[in-house]
Amino acid sequence: MVNRNYNRPVLIKGARIVDPGRGIDAVGDVLTQEGRIASAGPVLAPSDVPDGTHSIPANGLVAAPGFIDLHCHLREPGYEYKETIATGTAAAARGGFTTLCCMPNTDPAIDNEAVVELVRRRSDADAVVRVFPIGAVTKGRKGKELAEMEELASAGVVAYSDDGDPVYDPNIMRLSLTYTLDLGMPVINHCQENGLCCGGVMAEGWIATRLGLPGIPASAEEAMVSRDLSLAEMTGGWLHLAHLSTAGSVDLVRQARQRGVSVTCEVCPQHLYLTDEWALGYQGDLRCTAGPRNYDTSTKVYPPLRSRKDVEALIEGLAEGVIDCIATDHAPHEVASKQVTYQDASFGISVLETALGSLMSLVHDGRISLSTLVDRLTVGPSRVLGPSFEKYATLETGTPADLVLFDPNAEWTVDTRRFASKGRNTPLEGVELKGRVVTTMVDGRLVYQDYGD
Amino acid sequence: MMTSDAMELGNDAPGAPEVSLATPSSARRNVLDLDDFSAEEIASVLDDTSAMVEVLRRDIKKVPTLRGRVVVTMFYESSTRTRISFEEAGKVLSADVINMSSSGSSVDKGESLLNTGLTLQAMGVDVVVIRHPHSGAPYLLARELPQVSVVNAGDGLHAHPTQALLDLYTMREKLGNLQGARVVIVGDVLHSRVARSDLWGLTRMGANVVLSGPTTLMPLDLLGGRNELDEEHPFAQVEVDTDLDRAIEGADVVMALRLQSERQQGGFLPSLREYIRRWQVTEDRLARARTGALVMHPGPMNEGVEISTALAHGGSSVIEEQVTNGVAVRMALLYRLCAGRGNRMGDGK
Repeated sequence: MVNRNYNRPVLIKGARIVDPGRGIDAVGDVLTQEGRIASAGPVLAPSDVPDGTHSIPANGLVAAPGFIDLHCHLREPGYEYKETIATGTAAAARGGFTTLCCMPNTDPAIDNEAVVELVRRRSDADAVVRVFPIGAVTKGRKGKELAEMEELASAGVVAYSDDGDPVYDPNIMRLSLTYTLDLGMPVINHCQENGLCCGGVMAEGWIATRLGLPGIPASAEEAMVSRDLSLAEMTGGWLHLAHLSTAGSVDLVRQARQRGVSVTCEVCPQHLYLTDEWALGYQGDLRCTAGPRNYDTSTKVYPPLRSRKDVEALIEGLAEGVIDCIATDHAPHEVASKQVTYQDASFGISVLETALGSLMSLVHDGRISLSTLVDRLTVGPSRVLGPSFEKYATLETGTPADLVLFDPNAEWTVDTRRFASKGRNTPLEGVELKGRVVTTMVDGRLVYQDYGD
Repeated sequence: MMTSDAMELGNDAPGAPEVSLATPSSARRNVLDLDDFSAEEIASVLDDTSAMVEVLRRDIKKVPTLRGRVVVTMFYESSTRTRISFEEAGKVLSADVINMSSSGSSVDKGESLLNTGLTLQAMGVDVVVIRHPHSGAPYLLARELPQVSVVNAGDGLHAHPTQALLDLYTMREKLGNLQGARVVIVGDVLHSRVARSDLWGLTRMGANVVLSGPTTLMPLDLLGGRNELDEEHPFAQVEVDTDLDRAIEGADVVMALRLQSERQQGGFLPSLREYIRRWQVTEDRLARARTGALVMHPGPMNEGVEISTALAHGGSSVIEEQVTNGVAVRMALLYRLCAGRGNRMGDGK
């Protein structure tokens, strides 16, 4: 990690401290010293603050542990024209994320120690936030033979996934859940039963019918979620389900949890905020639209944006805790791969820099509490990653000073020209969001500071 | 001949009668689908179409209306009637019509649709007529090419607005009025861009649309999950009856859709034989419709599959008139788009 700032003590004064891991939601001060939290909670007297401390007045701002993203695509190595570790982590810092887990669908895939090492070296050189690679489940992500999973574990991966594609073969999925029993890390599956997708590019439903686009039925996700839950139950392996998008998936996980299946799962900001109506050019302000705004390729993502009913169920699942965490599935793409027909466009949305702003709408609308939101962005993902990540998900004294300061009420308009990410692919371009990151800190260093530009 | 406030369809032949058209009140730049046409605008296009039909009946089918305009047809899918009728429509109106197909052009070299469009725009083309296998392809051009008018000549499964307008024109000519008319559309609705555009147009004009065909070739949201349909969505007003004998009762129009043979291989149908038994439009079935009901087909037909040969060429069939009207409708649309464009050179660009 680049040491861009000398490590001077920082005092955040008068912030609303939201630290769900310790059950704290109160106004107070945060002091960081030598890269660690020295104090987070009580109001500090001037005598408690060392000389030379950089003081940040934070009235009206929220101070929280830095967000942890379990699921993003940094595209390096292989697709540096879409994103690099430098640009992806800069985008993370702008979004309040201090830890990223990057998916192995790079070229070459992260399926052996050498590639893990490469990602680590690049991160040491270029990253402004923490980067932890996820290793492939199968060699080359081809779904045929298990990757050398123990070697990957020793090299430092934090989970396994063939994301971008599912582990199609049910027996390989069974074996991966079994083989990882003594490795202590989850297998993350991207659930997509291709036999039911039939070339689909958006959610099946009346908008797909209207647009004449092949649809992806909810059952394409649910059939594989169901299969994987059954395999996890049988093997006792640790299953983590990536990016749930349907009401039915939430029900399946809820039922499996009740049976004691060891399963965790995530939902993405885009599936909590956007619906398939956005493919018509809808931006929350319009009803049915006709004309050139239709077929906005920036709405093409897997899993597809779904109906309002699904969004409601996902929000309920998140509030209730059936869904453990929010992960971005940040999937940056170059402009050319979206300036084509909807069917030819790449799947994926650039999410890191809009995540908080879109998620805060759930808080402003009274659907979840601020504390629950922060929990699902910090404690939730750390639980999936294991005990060694607890220290990144709290502001407890002595833990690394990874934190975010944000203004929950600041309104801003998404302008992708200002993105740090190379991926400008978001349907939120031009949309006004309420909730804006002001400062991001990793190991006590300021890695992002909003100067109101 | 051409002025900015009125256009006349004068004949080059001396002494020939001229036909006057009202200048469209609202300038329309693109024809992407009928979903952004009001009933008034559709009626006005159909009125203009009548004037164009008259031009097509003349001995010398040539008027100077679009002299100096350039129309390019870009066909990324094969087509006979649509491409030729656009070409004829442009030529009768004296536009310069250039045909481009995906083979033999830079598309073969991997040029993207967008770059091909930008190239045409840079050449000063006025109207691009596009057919493409992907739904929404014309929308990409309409978004990215501000100086060109885009006409959708069929995109994927999505829309075929000029076909729908010629269908509406043909029905209006024969029935007088579309308000309350019962129009039965039979066959592969799921994959039909014609059906989608007809739905918009027919519902706007007050017709009652009934869809019939195999449940596997019907969008699921029309069959079951209709509670999710937005009330503004025209598909919410459509009746679905898979029993063709019942659907056809009292119909004013019966339109058979083309059944592509791939559908059986795709598992949508048990066999062509079963399809024919249940959904072929036949004389026996037509007997249940209102006397004088029209038989229509967007073409190309699979005679003996979705429609019986006897019916396709029988007295109730208006299939060939549809083709004739197709030229006139496209003339009316090209005229409308160009009238709204003004003098390019005088735009001060």
